[in-house]
Amino acid sequence: MSPQWRQWFPKFIGFAIFLLPLLFINPKTYITLTISGLAMGMLLFLVSSGFSLIFGFLSVLNLAHGALFAWGAYIGFTAFSLINKWTGWGGSNSIFSNMLIFLLVLMVAGIGVAILGVVTERLVIRPVYGSHLFQIFITVGAMIVMEELIRIVWGPNDEVMPVPMNFMGSWDLFDVVISKYPLIAIVIGLIIYFGIYTILKKTKLGLIVRAGVENPEMVQVMGHNIYRYFTGVFAAGSALAAIGGGMWATFVKSINPAMGGEVIVFALIVAIIGGLGSMTGSVVGALMVGLSYNYVAYLIPKAALGITMLLLVVILLIRPTGLFKEGT
Amino acid sequence: MEVDLVAEPILKVEGIHTFIGKHHILQGVSFDVHPGKVTVLLGRNGAGKTTTLRSIMGLLSPSQGTILFKNQAIHHMKSFDIARLGIGFVPEDRGLFNLLTVEENFRVAMFQEDKSTQQRVETILEIFPDLKRFWKAKAGILSGGQKQMLAISRPLVNKNELLLIDEPSKGLAPIVIDHLIEAVQKLQEQTMIILVEQNFYMASSLGNDFYIFDDGRTVLNGQMEELIRNEELKKKYLGISGTT
Repeated sequence: MSPQWRQWFPKFIGFAIFLLPLLFINPKTYITLTISGLAMGMLLFLVSSGFSLIFGFLSVLNLAHGALFAWGAYIGFTAFSLINKWTGWGGSNSIFSNMLIFLLVLMVAGIGVAILGVVTERLVIRPVYGSHLFQIFITVGAMIVMEELIRIVWGPNDEVMPVPMNFMGSWDLFDVVISKYPLIAIVIGLIIYFGIYTILKKTKLGLIVRAGVENPEMVQVMGHNIYRYFTGVFAAGSALAAIGGGMWATFVKSINPAMGGEVIVFALIVAIIGGLGSMTGSVVGALMVGLSYNYVAYLIPKAALGITMLLLVVILLIRPTGLFKEGT
Repeated sequence: MEVDLVAEPILKVEGIHTFIGKHHILQGVSFDVHPGKVTVLLGRNGAGKTTTLRSIMGLLSPSQGTILFKNQAIHHMKSFDIARLGIGFVPEDRGLFNLLTVEENFRVAMFQEDKSTQQRVETILEIFPDLKRFWKAKAGILSGGQKQMLAISRPLVNKNELLLIDEPSKGLAPIVIDHLIEAVQKLQEQTMIILVEQNFYMASSLGNDFYIFDDGRTVLNGQMEELIRNEELKKKYLGISGTT
């Protein structure tokens, strides 16, 4: 394959995923599916970006990331119930109150899981830095422990995730059904993406993190306390997983202790497609997976997960390191 | 052959032993770096020169011995604290951030982004005008020589008093090496240098004092002019003969 074609390949795949379904789906359904796919993509981005950032900077394969995602959903669930009990903002007709409680819930989940992530990094992961094999064993173990802790704290059964009043339902625009929450999820996801992008590209902190993704040892000999950055990146990655968990739970309106295991598969696929350690790769990969999954789930429901695997295989065959380079 | 011991050394390495895994690499390395001098560490491959630089920089922990920088013990300190004391490091693989621009590579290295730092950057760019031309370009696209210049100049954005440079001539064409020698000579005004170098032409062009390493030990030291004249020593420890 020529280098020129390699350069165009991701764009070609992107356009094919985006436009090809129009041949088989009527335009109104296509718009509904596209919005749903973009929302799923943004939620997957939140989970996979944290995973990818942690791998890129710390070279840690954190398979407990899914459990952090589930903890985010459960902490969000409890925070929503409590805040709503005190304020009634979740059931209010005011979109402002609804948005406020939702953002507060995400913030509480993010902070709570960031702390949990830091504890995990210090106690579980730090002793196995540099050994991917041990990291896989120990983080799978940590995932099982964290899942069981959820069962102990919240019980083993599924719970219904409360949703703010104005986030439910849909708009009907020229006979096109547009669900409200997916649009909100897309907007919040985009804000978080641009927030991360701005921090990474425009601040000294982001510059050091990008440099650390390429060569952490060199960052250290330039006078930066790499361990503090390791902890900070792990906390940020965990917080992203938690925000993803809270938003995902609101999307599917249900939570269960094993939900992290289901999502980590998608997060891994997205992170590998996009290129481990790349934020832009995470967002592009997540949107590709979200859209293709939704279109195929409509056309051939049983092949929905298969299409994401196929996408992964095709991209790895052509670009074994993913679509984007580390640190981009 | 003995180096001038009149001036107080800025760096004093005394009997350090360093292991990499189970391998006992450094088995008693001792040397001093005196102000205003370029100290060259010479020796065959595997003699322990790179391990010595990494031990000074805190990337490897010596199990025995002491390293004093301006009379302060640094052998148990973390790399980032050692760097903040004023020691810069240019590793063998250059350690550039290829996906960052030349400007960003400098910014990562800066402890502070103030006026004096800016002045130092300007001085560096006068010595290495190529870096000014490629200021906004990704470091990955630079030529081998330009990459080496960026790697060497980058730690000097801070007021570093000592610069450890590992094999700067590696993989460079002879003409580029000449250019590099000229540039490093200009840098000598700003910092003291420990140079690990296999290329004897470069080592002898820049060095004032030398230490020869063999099997993880410092076996000989002296002034570079004496070594240049001593064919027997060069043949015995460095495997080179004739004029270089």
